[in-house]
Amino acid sequence: MNLRSQPLRSQPHRLPTGGLIDRDRPLRFTFAGRRYTGYAGDTLASALLANGVRVLGRSFKYHRPRGLLGAGAEEPNVLVTVGEGAWAVPNLRATEVPLYDGLVAAPVNCWPGVGFDIGAINNVFSRFLSAGFYYKTFMWPDWHLFEGFIRKAAGLGKVENLPDPHRYETCFAHCDVLVIGGGPAGIAAARAAARSGARVLLVEQDAVLGGRLNHDDAMIDGLGAPAWIRSAERELAQAPETRILRNTAAVGYFDHNLVALLERVEWDPARLATPGQAACRFWQVRAGRVILATGAIERPLVFGGNDRPGVMLASALRQYVNRYGVAPGRRAVIFTNNDDAYTTAFCLADAGVEVAALVDARKAPEDLAAQLRGRGIALHDMSVICDTRGYKGLKAVRLRDASGRMGWIDCDLLGMSGGANPTAHLFCQSGGRLRYDEEQALLRPGPAVQAMEVAGGANGTLALGPALEEAHAAAMRALEGMGQMPAAIPAPRAQASRTATITPLWSVAGGKSKAFVDFQNDVTLADIGQAHRENFVSVEHLKRYTTLGMAPDQGKTSGVNALAIMASLSGQSIDATGTTTYRFPFTPVPLGALRGSATGPLFRPVRRMPGHACHAALGAVFEEYGGWQRPSCYLRPGETPHAAEQREAAQVRRAVGLFEGSPLGKIEVKGPDAARFLDLVYANTLSTLKVGRCRYGLMLNEQGVIIDDGVAARLGEDHFLVGTTSAGADRIAAWLEEWLQCEWVDLDVVIAPVTAQWGVLTLSGPQARAVLARAGTDIPIDAAAFPHMSVRDGYVADIPARVMRVSFTGEMSFEINVPADRVDALYQALMAAGADMGIVPVGVEAWMILRTEKGYLHIGVDTDGTTNPLDVGWARVLGKKVDFIGKRSLLRPADQAPDRLQLVGLEAMDGPDHLPVGSHLRLAGRGDGSDGYVSSSVFSPTLGRGVALAMIHGGHKRLGEAVTILCAAGERPARIVELASYDPSGERLND
Amino acid sequence: MLRLSCPFCGPRDEREFHCGGQSHIQRPGPAEAVSDASWGSYLFDRINPRGHHAERWHHSFGCGRWFNVLRDTTTHHILAVYAMTEPVPDMVQSDSVA
Repeated sequence: MNLRSQPLRSQPHRLPTGGLIDRDRPLRFTFAGRRYTGYAGDTLASALLANGVRVLGRSFKYHRPRGLLGAGAEEPNVLVTVGEGAWAVPNLRATEVPLYDGLVAAPVNCWPGVGFDIGAINNVFSRFLSAGFYYKTFMWPDWHLFEGFIRKAAGLGKVENLPDPHRYETCFAHCDVLVIGGGPAGIAAARAAARSGARVLLVEQDAVLGGRLNHDDAMIDGLGAPAWIRSAERELAQAPETRILRNTAAVGYFDHNLVALLERVEWDPARLATPGQAACRFWQVRAGRVILATGAIERPLVFGGNDRPGVMLASALRQYVNRYGVAPGRRAVIFTNNDDAYTTAFCLADAGVEVAALVDARKAPEDLAAQLRGRGIALHDMSVICDTRGYKGLKAVRLRDASGRMGWIDCDLLGMSGGANPTAHLFCQSGGRLRYDEEQALLRPGPAVQAMEVAGGANGTLALGPALEEAHAAAMRALEGMGQMPAAIPAPRAQASRTATITPLWSVAGGKSKAFVDFQNDVTLADIGQAHRENFVSVEHLKRYTTLGMAPDQGKTSGVNALAIMASLSGQSIDATGTTTYRFPFTPVPLGALRGSATGPLFRPVRRMPGHACHAALGAVFEEYGGWQRPSCYLRPGETPHAAEQREAAQVRRAVGLFEGSPLGKIEVKGPDAARFLDLVYANTLSTLKVGRCRYGLMLNEQGVIIDDGVAARLGEDHFLVGTTSAGADRIAAWLEEWLQCEWVDLDVVIAPVTAQWGVLTLSGPQARAVLARAGTDIPIDAAAFPHMSVRDGYVADIPARVMRVSFTGEMSFEINVPADRVDALYQALMAAGADMGIVPVGVEAWMILRTEKGYLHIGVDTDGTTNPLDVGWARVLGKKVDFIGKRSLLRPADQAPDRLQLVGLEAMDGPDHLPVGSHLRLAGRGDGSDGYVSSSVFSPTLGRGVALAMIHGGHKRLGEAVTILCAAGERPARIVELASYDPSGERLND
Repeated sequence: MLRLSCPFCGPRDEREFHCGGQSHIQRPGPAEAVSDASWGSYLFDRINPRGHHAERWHHSFGCGRWFNVLRDTTTHHILAVYAMTEPVPDMVQSDSVA
């Protein structure tokens, strides 16, 4: 049937019959602003080809017009953005995007459009853009001069600066046998494993099972390919422990048989907008055995002008004709070095496409030559195509025969085949190495290094019959390897076929046009030659110098050609040349699929304190502190946050405040060696603490750096309650466990983190005792019976409580620990009890004002990863007799150097405004550089001026010295003072 | 992503564990008797072998126990899992490792 005789239709290249498409379901779509129609079952690529759209993108570096090369995951040229606005997804292969009604797509690498692209000027100046041009051209005088231009030109695609509305899901699975690839080999393997009762997961990146059977029909077990696939699908669907995932690409192979899968669930934005509708699922599968049946990818041939739109892989042409019912051109030439491409010539001719010639670089096999003659197709064997013509679409190819004679053949389509190569990316990711098979001219997997079998095309077994047998045997071996009993079933049998042959042809010289090896990264034959001349010997260096095999493509069509060319240039064997490392992912994975649902409020769990509802009812402004939602302050009507903080802090000094400190870390330490253990983990001594008393302590790491502080209470001779900072609660519990389990294994101690079991409400201020008494307690709370730094158990407001007299404010404080579910009741009771004594709820910011007034250090704010106890005025730890973590480090001269950054107080000399936190400062008489910085700074409502803490070089010996604060507003005078600005003697604590 | 066998819980995914680095490091003491050099070595010197590596792992999102693992750094094969208090099992390095 001749296409030209067809009436004009909206899809001029659609064949009248055939293909796995649904002609009753036409779908509208838009590409580069123009409207087209296709059919259900099309990919974006096949629909564009059906509409005769040939230039579908521009190449990465030279911006050359490009069309489709392939039909599946191997496609290097046609990267598109699909969707609009926030739904836009860049850098998708048009061959992998299923058509849906209303699809909107645009090419990624051209401006203003595919037809006219300003970047194509690079093609003219290409001699400046050869391999390594970055390194050579932009060296002088300074790379930064060029960087802006280069960055603008670099990269593929564009991401909208909008939140990604797609829903992504994360899935985990375990199975006995994971079969990757749902072609004939994969189906055979999955069926054999499933029949034997194994838990099988079969994954196929295409929407349908069958692989090449969808475009190359065959007889298997007496059935035609479609019938055989259907019967296998039915059987697998009924197997109880077997699951098939379609539209699912295996993208990563990691240690211990962990395989990552990307399942494309839905494309259509109209349906994606439905709540709960996932776009992608990212699977992590731990498999007992993996059977790799990923097939093979055809290699392009490398000759001048092999990138023009209309030059395609020969096997891809069969896919467009047989699977999608599309004639990829009107007049075709086939160029090959192997038998497989003859099938394409026959297929095209049978579909009504004129085949002008088949060009075989070898002597043509006689049986195939006869078949060509039978169809009236001209054969030129012992000949090559050395060049092509046609800027925006192929117009003619240049033939050169064995005697060197040249001639042009008019055509708009060239199917090329350089042989097939196993899709061994996952095999390489698993740690395996490839070996060169001389006879078939391909790189095939060597011995597996993980629990894996390779079968079919992926193993270099390209013929159908042997591939089915191999896959069946692989499943049997996999089952035996796991100690499972394989069922006694025969392997599927395919019609015997002739043995295919190939003669390697790695490149064709003599063309005037550029000969591309890597289409996606625009790497030419000349670039590889240049890299070789410039002495890049290793393939890994070649890859980086030329960018070959990088980026989304990962060398799918280019890798083997490049190696072979490199090998021939260096005179080494292909095995000795080696392969570059194939990396995760095999096909691009949206970043959103990797993060799954962990975004927004689900990014990490929100932790709320037990008294959250009480705070909310009182107008709390919540902020996140160390992972906890805590009140920063409580706003009254018309109040600013600053005013609220000031009011709350002042009221604690004047009357009493109520603060929730439930996140404070609480770790019980118990056992006969508990005191000895705590002497080892605290820089100060805990063993001398009396039962019922509390002591403040510092914990160091082995470098002598302060990692946490807090109050420890001795509940019994062998029982302590260790308090940590809120942020340190989990970390310090894990730290203590590590020392007990790994270092001091002989100590008889157990620890139990109880942070979340206890809620903590702290009454602080001169009226604290009165409020506690009013709330009701059976604990004697007068100063003599319950002095500062002691702990008592009893009841408060009829709630069982552990009360500690410790203070972070400098005021008399009762830290009341109650079971977490009683915090609410206690909160109400204390607020009611203190109502006529002026009690106010106090937020974290007021708490920070109060502690800064007192000069109490805040770990991680005043200290950093270099601060040791000497720096904060704890030189006395050097006198501790017994060993402790970090002690030896404090003996180093550098840890005792007099000019270390030391914590001091700071007072502004130019008025009451508080100093900016983080400002650097300079000592008197110093010209430049920094002598320290302001670590904490607040405005004190009680003192009516700013108070600050600072880390200053040699600060302890500089009390009273003047410093200059360097801040955005200019320089401000200040002087070094004692840490405590308020109540330095601590009298208020002992009331 | 390794699959480790916790001696208390059985085989689990690596994400449940935390690696604590090289195991069997002797903590020198008492502090006053330790030279700067040997203290520095204790703090900072770690082997980085191509082949067998004894390291300690913590089942952080599980039982909370520490244990030792002998792992081949080139293949990620787990050669042995043993208690914190046990010595490194005597294993012959595989041929693939020089």
